[in-house]
Amino acid sequence: MSSGPKTPDIGARLTFDLSKPGRRACALPPCDVPAAELPPPQLLRRELNLPELSQVDLVRYFLALSRLNYSVDSGFYPLGSCTMKYNPKVHEKLASLPGFTGLHPLQPLATVQGALALMYDLQRWLADITGLDAVSLAPAAGAQGELTGILMVKAYLTDRGEEGRTRVLVPDSAHGTNPATAAMGGFEVVTVASDSQGNTDRQALASALDDGVAALMLTLPNTLGLFDPNIGRIAEMLHRKGALLYGDGANLNALLGRARFGDMGFDIVHLNMHKTFSTPHGGGGPGSGPVVVKGYLAPYLPTPVVGKEGEGFVLATPERSIGRVGAFYGHFGVLVRAYAYLRTLGVEGLRQVSDNAVINANYVLARLRPAYHLPYDRRCMHEVVFSGSRQRAKGVHTLDIAKRLIDYGFHPPTVYFPLIVDEALMIEPTETESKEALDAFCDALLAIAREAEEEPQVVKEAPHTAPIGRLDEATAARRPVLRWRREAGDES
Amino acid sequence: MTLPYVPNTAADRQAMLAAIGVASVEELFADIPSEFRTGELGLPPALSEPELVRELSALAGRNRPVDGMPCFLGGGAYRHFIPSVVSEVIGRSEFATAYTPYQAEISQGTLQTIFEFQSMVCELTAMDVANAGMYDGASALAEACLMAAGVSGRRRIALLSTLHPHYQAVVRTYAFGRGLAVDVLPPDGLALSEEHACLAVQQPNFFGHFLPDAEAVGRAVHAAGALFVVSADPISLGLFRPPGEYGADVAVGEGQSLGSPLNFGGPYLGLFACRQEYLRHMPGRIVGRTSDAQSRTGYVLTLQTREQHIRRERATSNICTSQQLVALAATVYLAAMGKQGLRQVAELCYHKAHYAAQRIARLPGYSLAFDGLFFKEFVVRCPRPPSEVNRALLERGIIGGLDVSQYVENGLLLCLTEMSTCEEIDRLVEDLAEIGGSA
Repeated sequence: MSSGPKTPDIGARLTFDLSKPGRRACALPPCDVPAAELPPPQLLRRELNLPELSQVDLVRYFLALSRLNYSVDSGFYPLGSCTMKYNPKVHEKLASLPGFTGLHPLQPLATVQGALALMYDLQRWLADITGLDAVSLAPAAGAQGELTGILMVKAYLTDRGEEGRTRVLVPDSAHGTNPATAAMGGFEVVTVASDSQGNTDRQALASALDDGVAALMLTLPNTLGLFDPNIGRIAEMLHRKGALLYGDGANLNALLGRARFGDMGFDIVHLNMHKTFSTPHGGGGPGSGPVVVKGYLAPYLPTPVVGKEGEGFVLATPERSIGRVGAFYGHFGVLVRAYAYLRTLGVEGLRQVSDNAVINANYVLARLRPAYHLPYDRRCMHEVVFSGSRQRAKGVHTLDIAKRLIDYGFHPPTVYFPLIVDEALMIEPTETESKEALDAFCDALLAIAREAEEEPQVVKEAPHTAPIGRLDEATAARRPVLRWRREAGDES
Repeated sequence: MTLPYVPNTAADRQAMLAAIGVASVEELFADIPSEFRTGELGLPPALSEPELVRELSALAGRNRPVDGMPCFLGGGAYRHFIPSVVSEVIGRSEFATAYTPYQAEISQGTLQTIFEFQSMVCELTAMDVANAGMYDGASALAEACLMAAGVSGRRRIALLSTLHPHYQAVVRTYAFGRGLAVDVLPPDGLALSEEHACLAVQQPNFFGHFLPDAEAVGRAVHAAGALFVVSADPISLGLFRPPGEYGADVAVGEGQSLGSPLNFGGPYLGLFACRQEYLRHMPGRIVGRTSDAQSRTGYVLTLQTREQHIRRERATSNICTSQQLVALAATVYLAAMGKQGLRQVAELCYHKAHYAAQRIARLPGYSLAFDGLFFKEFVVRCPRPPSEVNRALLERGIIGGLDVSQYVENGLLLCLTEMSTCEEIDRLVEDLAEIGGSA
């Protein structure tokens, strides 16, 4: 046993463990009004067990934790379907202008005209980019945008006396949020198979499509990174049967300035502002999930939408609104960043984004195709899905490949999704990565493919260089420890 | 113009297209039928960074932020002090530009802070378990009601009428999806039936007051076999008894007060905690503590079989990306305030609100609309319509309260936090006297 310095077990010490009675990280002013009588003790809190830290302890603790994270600013993060593009620094500065952060959502509208103008323009631009007519910025994230959209479908059909439409069709390649959303909307979910090309199987669609179908939820390009060339016919099939076409806009990055959902026949689309319009993903939010619809659905949008009356901007409630989806108006802070991004892009920039996103993904496809199985062997859009099935023959699974990438200094791709690809590796480079970065990443995956042949154990035991090894997830789920608790006998 | 965020040069693109085996980028878009190719878009021309800063600063300049003047507006969004360490920590790229911690080995920073967050929410609410956060307080409440319906198999949700009207609206929206009925009950004479999945209350309520006997309400709810859902102001929990101590089964709340600016309504943060027995019905992400092969402590996303990416249409909710960075702000805020600080913030709110209420109640024409215990908000009946009072206050450089005349005749909901100084309160009182006197 070495007697030198020991690597600290950072995870074992939380703020609660570092706490020492009497320490403070923030001083507050004394009370400058006469104290009121406090209510009787039985209505008051007896004990508040929050940590007591000095400011320097606090900063060092969180700084140490931050260093355990991999992030877009630290390196390539090709997490498929998540569009981990680089986030412009100026956006952070702009979103923290006091003229934005200091606005109370209920203060008089005359005092927030700049904010409303921003939202109004953003509504217009999103409608333009998607080729649709009306927008709600209220949904808090993509999944809430989906729920909003599906509830609008339900309200619209109810108004038309078509409550008999109780089913929502979802392709087998869909994000899990799609079926979960349809269920929250009270619909029965029917899965539609993909064909051998990775497109929607039109025969399967035709046989599932009857008068009981409310909508098809379709991601385009789909989660295989493929654009379904039959989209026009699919829209026609649905509309002929009186069903709606719902678009999951998670992969809009591929289509910016190239194709518009409205032109293709989509009735409702939700967007993921944090993906396509470049806001930091925050370790899992905040996102923002605006919903964009054809004009006939505009009366059902959630309240409020930003409107214009004369020279002023107002908050309006659409006539047949499904109501509120959040306490206020959505994630304004995220919308400021999206606005700034679109102002920087302009029309030409939109196409630079989609062009480079698609070139980058196809370049990765071309470089890795010799070593990894490509289940749908055709050109892709903004992301490419490989299968680790060849490597599995050597006992190396996709999970192992992902963990080994960590040793090479990369964030792994999305793995085991979409579900229709065995041992899936879903790679989305985005437009903000250079050829050099992609080459380094592809070199790493090619090296791992060789390792899988020659020394599979190295891959199976990866990562070797991460702050921590593979964690025991089974025990975590079987005997959940979900919060700090004071150890018995430790009454400090 | 080359975008500063796209590094490939024209030469890079040529080399890559050659490697792909196509002559032009157009070929890569060949699957998009020509009739769907986009024509001209109407976006304004692109701006450089200095031009962008100028434009956005001008837009921000057209607003009047409440930080610049005395503000007595609450109603679900609150101006509290934010220690500088909060923005310092959440501004770190390592936290801000990471995503969902699916790869635990390189996401321990995010995972451990979520575990801290869950622990702190449990402490605050005196509940057994908490998740990693929901979109906002209103959607957290709606999800709590859906969870109660899922747990009980019952189809009606009961809300106390003193819940924030926007929160009621969000519950209705979510209930519409699941086909659940929503009943709004008056606070006295609770008429719960065996069809009710839950009763949801707000503590303190929309008008600032606490339930006179929360335990009795909890007992009545349990007697009907329903779940007691409490939406609590987390700052109030620095001083007042937590929901877990008076029978709550689910405690939710708006976490914006914990270290996040007003931001014109978002992003905010939903707090969600419940009793152990409902753990597997909870929506949202949950982080658990475990270890690696070398016995080092680590954290992972756990109990994921509740979630949409595994369970799909049988998931407890469709929630996916939520509010992690805002939850981190709340975690840092609570660590910075600590045991003493949060109590002090809550006491400052309480004393200032009571000082203001006492002084305003003595003004001719003004009175307090409700009796009983309140925290930082209260309703005054004004001698004139509150919209006029607010307008007159704004002319004097003060953001007044929330006009609640829809619910209380000439009612103005005022909010006092530690940010209001005695001087500002005195000025408000004087102005209200003048405005009332000219009725």
